[in-house]
Amino acid sequence: MIPIRTTLDNSTTVQYAGLLHQLTMKAKSTVRDIDPQNDLTFLRIRSKKHEIMVAPDKEYLLIVIQNPCE
Amino acid sequence: MEIVYVYVKKRSEFGKQCNFSDRQAELSIDIAPNPELAALYVERNPVDTGIQCSASMSEHEANTERFEMENCGVNHVEGGWPKDVNPLELEQTIRFRKKVEKDENYISTIVQLGSIMEHCIKQNNAIDIYEEYFNDEDDVEVTEEAPSAKTINVFRDPQEIKRTATHLSWHPDGNKKLAVAYSCLNFQRAPMGMSHDSYIWDLENPNQPELALKPPSPLVTLEYNPKDSHVLLGGCYNGQIACWDTRKGSLVAELSTIEFSHQDPVYGTIWLQSKTGTECFSASTDGQVMWWDIRKLSEPTEVVIMDISRKGQLENALGAISLEFESTLPTKFMVGTEQGIVISCNRKAKTPAEKIVCTFSGHHGPIYALQRNPFYPKNFLTVGDWTARIWSEDSRESSIMWTRYHMAYLTDGAWSPVRPAVFFTTKMDGTLDIWDLVFKQCDPALSLKVCDDALFCLRVQDTGCLIACGSQLGTTTLLEVSSSLSTLQRNEKNIASSIFERETRREKILEARHREMRLKEKGKVEGEDDGQKEEEGALDLNELVAKAEEEFFEIVFSELRRKDAEAMKKKPKSVRTSAGVGGGSGGREGAMWPEFCLTAGVWVISSQ
Repeated sequence: MIPIRTTLDNSTTVQYAGLLHQLTMKAKSTVRDIDPQNDLTFLRIRSKKHEIMVAPDKEYLLIVIQNPCE
Repeated sequence: MEIVYVYVKKRSEFGKQCNFSDRQAELSIDIAPNPELAALYVERNPVDTGIQCSASMSEHEANTERFEMENCGVNHVEGGWPKDVNPLELEQTIRFRKKVEKDENYISTIVQLGSIMEHCIKQNNAIDIYEEYFNDEDDVEVTEEAPSAKTINVFRDPQEIKRTATHLSWHPDGNKKLAVAYSCLNFQRAPMGMSHDSYIWDLENPNQPELALKPPSPLVTLEYNPKDSHVLLGGCYNGQIACWDTRKGSLVAELSTIEFSHQDPVYGTIWLQSKTGTECFSASTDGQVMWWDIRKLSEPTEVVIMDISRKGQLENALGAISLEFESTLPTKFMVGTEQGIVISCNRKAKTPAEKIVCTFSGHHGPIYALQRNPFYPKNFLTVGDWTARIWSEDSRESSIMWTRYHMAYLTDGAWSPVRPAVFFTTKMDGTLDIWDLVFKQCDPALSLKVCDDALFCLRVQDTGCLIACGSQLGTTTLLEVSSSLSTLQRNEKNIASSIFERETRREKILEARHREMRLKEKGKVEGEDDGQKEEEGALDLNELVAKAEEEFFEIVFSELRRKDAEAMKKKPKSVRTSAGVGGGSGGREGAMWPEFCLTAGVWVISSQ
């Protein structure tokens, strides 16, 4: 997994990319296990500090980390 | 038709041994076929039979082995670069990235993904989906649910030879870990090959302890340092104090020298509040309380001997079983002894005699637990023999409140850190009692049987929801208490303080009354020569006794006379004489034997 374009520093990017790639794969396989016709379109993880949004694709992955509006 | 074969056996032959013998077969019955019976039946045609043609299967059960899982992290590094690109060369990587960015597939994918992402981002910006709409409503609802507690987890001693879990300590930050000290408290009955290890458990993993602590001798107490969560203090069975740093591993980081340590198992160790966070003190049944600095455990910084005659003699000292220290009252500490006395001491006193401030006695046996109420430090709880008692520092003669005598020994007790009127006690029959003074004072609000063996120690987590109890076979049970017992009720602080004050006042009044009575007695003893003083008070003991005697003999005499009269009617000939200086128990009618009766030192014989 290679980070193409990022606004964070390299090490953080690599960490986020690696972890979220694995999680996305797992989520995708879960969705498809339940219904093989289904597919994962978007993944949102909301934590205490911020929200991580992942848009998966066949080859690429778009990850956005946002601070909630409160 | 019944086919019966009859045989006869003589009674005298019953029970004889069987003598088997061979003989020819005998025809008992011969039944010839009767073709006339066939006429009663009709042949069935066609015949219906069900058959199945399938693979024959068998059912078999299998229990899989427990799957040991281990958590470990993954270190992500960059990778997957194509062969011609060297990941370390910045130029090459930049060039590769630029190439990818120009790829059509990439562009279209990003545009598509970007639009989805934008939609969600905008959503987030527009509304906060986790907004609390009705914040105030939570205070209004008061659920009157019955108090309950349930077991969440059980941590068993992984050793073959089971030891008692003698002390528990929660991790100071986050309470996710529990340190348990294991030892065998029966004097010299520790089995051969018993391991000395004590464990730190992670609450998430009950199968395996997170860390094993290896002291030279089994640990009786174990405490986390509230300031530094990596440091633990342990008191050993042989009297030494040991210190661990969990970052360094399982072996002891510091150990006190045997010559200067206690001579008996260390039953209580507590960390002190100090700027350095390295001071602690310990107590043991050898009668000494020692202060230590863990940086230099070779000898204690101070030693106090628990001698209540204030002479500082070790021979007269009382053995200490529990120790209490509250950081809000840093100069005072309390020691619970084996003899059932609580000694309150002042650390800052100049002379050893002044160190011991006062004593509270009331228990019949060793005081296993001693703790001040976290909300009202003047009141403290002691647990020992078959009762739990609550004391107030002001009332020194006796406890202000106590539970009734239970059927089993009470082994440990603790206040709830969130509710001032709730405390927990454990018993030798394996039950955990939760007492709520606001709800009911004569019985526990909830009594749970945690396990079949005796429970030895108890520790409440700082949030007040989780309780850990350790048992005799080394199983530590984690219980969760219902929210009604772990959230502060309305007005509870005021009610609890008024309960304690009322009981303290009652005890003070009783104390004052006792003192008055004692003064009066003393006054009476002094004034016996002075006749005037005797007239005072119908409370004169001798007079009362004489009066009681008179009345008693009156009753007896009248009874005897009545019996005489009856006897005279029946047997006018016999002369009854009842000789006696006093009375006697009413003689049985027609009794022929002399009766002896001892009443208030007077002999009575009534005979016929």
